[in-house]
Amino acid sequence: MSRRIAPALPERSTDPRRSISLTVNGETVTREISTRLLLSDFLRHELRLTGTHVGCEHGVCGCCTVMIDGVAGRSCLTLAVQADGASIRTIEGLAADDGTLHPVQQAFRECHALQCGFCTPGFVMAITSHFEESKSVDLSEEGIREMLSGNLCRCTGYQNIVAAVRRAAELMGRS
Amino acid sequence: MKPPLFEYIRAETIEQAVGARATHEYSAVLAGGQSLLPTLNFRLARPEAVIDIGRIAALQGTAVQGQEIIVRAMARQRAVERDDAIFAANPLIRETLGHVAHAIVRNRGTIVGSISHADAAAELPALLLATGGAVIARGPKGERRIEADAFFQFHMTTTLKPDEIAIEVRIPTLPARTGWAFMEFTRRHGDYALAGVCALLTLGADGRISAARLAGCGIASRPVRLGAAEGALIGQAPGVTSFAAAGRAAREAVTAADDRQASKAFRRHLLDQLVVRALNLAAERATGAPS
Ligand SMILES: Cc1cc2nc3c(=O)[nH]c(=O)nc-3n(C[C@H](O)[C@H](O)[C@H](O)COP(=O)(O)OP(=O)(O)OC[C@H]3O[C@@H](n4cnc5c(N)ncnc54)[C@H](O)[C@@H]3O)c2cc1C
Ligand code: FES
Ligand code: FES
Repeated sequence: MSRRIAPALPERSTDPRRSISLTVNGETVTREISTRLLLSDFLRHELRLTGTHVGCEHGVCGCCTVMIDGVAGRSCLTLAVQADGASIRTIEGLAADDGTLHPVQQAFRECHALQCGFCTPGFVMAITSHFEESKSVDLSEEGIREMLSGNLCRCTGYQNIVAAVRRAAELMGRS
Repeated sequence: MKPPLFEYIRAETIEQAVGARATHEYSAVLAGGQSLLPTLNFRLARPEAVIDIGRIAALQGTAVQGQEIIVRAMARQRAVERDDAIFAANPLIRETLGHVAHAIVRNRGTIVGSISHADAAAELPALLLATGGAVIARGPKGERRIEADAFFQFHMTTTLKPDEIAIEVRIPTLPARTGWAFMEFTRRHGDYALAGVCALLTLGADGRISAARLAGCGIASRPVRLGAAEGALIGQAPGVTSFAAAGRAAREAVTAADDRQASKAFRRHLLDQLVVRALNLAAERATGAPS
């Protein structure tokens, strides 16, 4: 029996909608969206920037971490309407246009700080924002563990992520 | 999961926010969203309206005014933690904030939001109790001041009315000759406390304890003042004997039943020891404190 692929579903949502305008990785976007849409889903489903991952949707795992007006935050605990007018940076915005990796990305690669990679975008955004927002970063074992404490990784055992933070500091001349 | 349907209201002024509170039977105030969004995502709450107060100019920032620190509703935890003027006015605030969640959650979470949320295990409600602070509420009938001792009723339940918003909390500056400490026990860094203690200890000119204020979190259905421990300290010389007596006296304050995380007996032990350690540190700091 042949199976037919279903046609696209009609738009059936009766959610209240609102138009928002924001910059994402330097580009201005304006979209009309449901007011209950999470920023994480806005990035992934509306903008197709699927580098921001979603693990828990209650703030615990950290893999949805993005920068909101220069400060790291959970995109799963932010409504997209709250980001109206904001400037968002996601993992897609870190590498240079020619593909040159950001120092934190480069350090992750060199130190083998990822295995499955599911947690990686969140770690990279969290670490990048720590370096950007602090004049001095505590690079002791404890300081780095504290920096990473809001992100979970189920694969690496964190050892290589800690090493990557040190390497990133070296690459950025911050050690 | 995803949030349920609600009416989203972006308030531009305090009056608009209060107006929206009054016209909706079941509304939720959206400040930092670090507790509200998880409850919406899990559909533990289905408010009719979500009132976003994030853009209200009058609710931003902090100020030190005389003997009080004013923390407005949208002052983010991380910003307050890093504020050196606030640290100078009362160093206990920074110390306590360091135990709340993780830096990235504190980047967005607010102090007033955590106090309004009033989780029985949360650190900031205990801070407000120990320092003797207050919440300033605004409702359709105007403004009122609710002292910390009259604010927390039960886990996630306060005396704030459904048509009010908390516009500020007021935290007293650190009194003279006073040492401070916040200590807690958690299973993992950044978790809510299995037991936590916030302590202020004031030494008189004779070197004896002239005032003591202690509050605990994670030990009862709400944050509680440790009155018996305070009583055991007043007039005594600071040291092993008086601190041990205070620790023992604090045990009774643990009323939380055995749960998955800890038995009541274990919580009593924890609280006892945390009180002793917090007092030791507070006494050490009191000796170095300006008079
Ligand atoms: C991973 C994770 C770990 C955490 N760990 C801890 C922890 O260890 N200790 C801890 O204390 N907290 C912890 N939290 C909670 C965090 O501190 C929240 O930020 C805080 O509890 C709420 O502040 P908010 O500004 O985000 O409030 P929101 O989430 O916006 O609001 C919380 C509640 O308070 C009400 N509310 C908020 N502001 C007002 C106001 N001005 N007037 C009236 N009502 C108001 C809301 O309606 C809602 O019901 C954690 C959160 C996460 C996601
Ligand atoms: S998906 Fe946001 S913290 Fe887990
Ligand atoms: S690399 Fe797999 S979860 Fe971190």
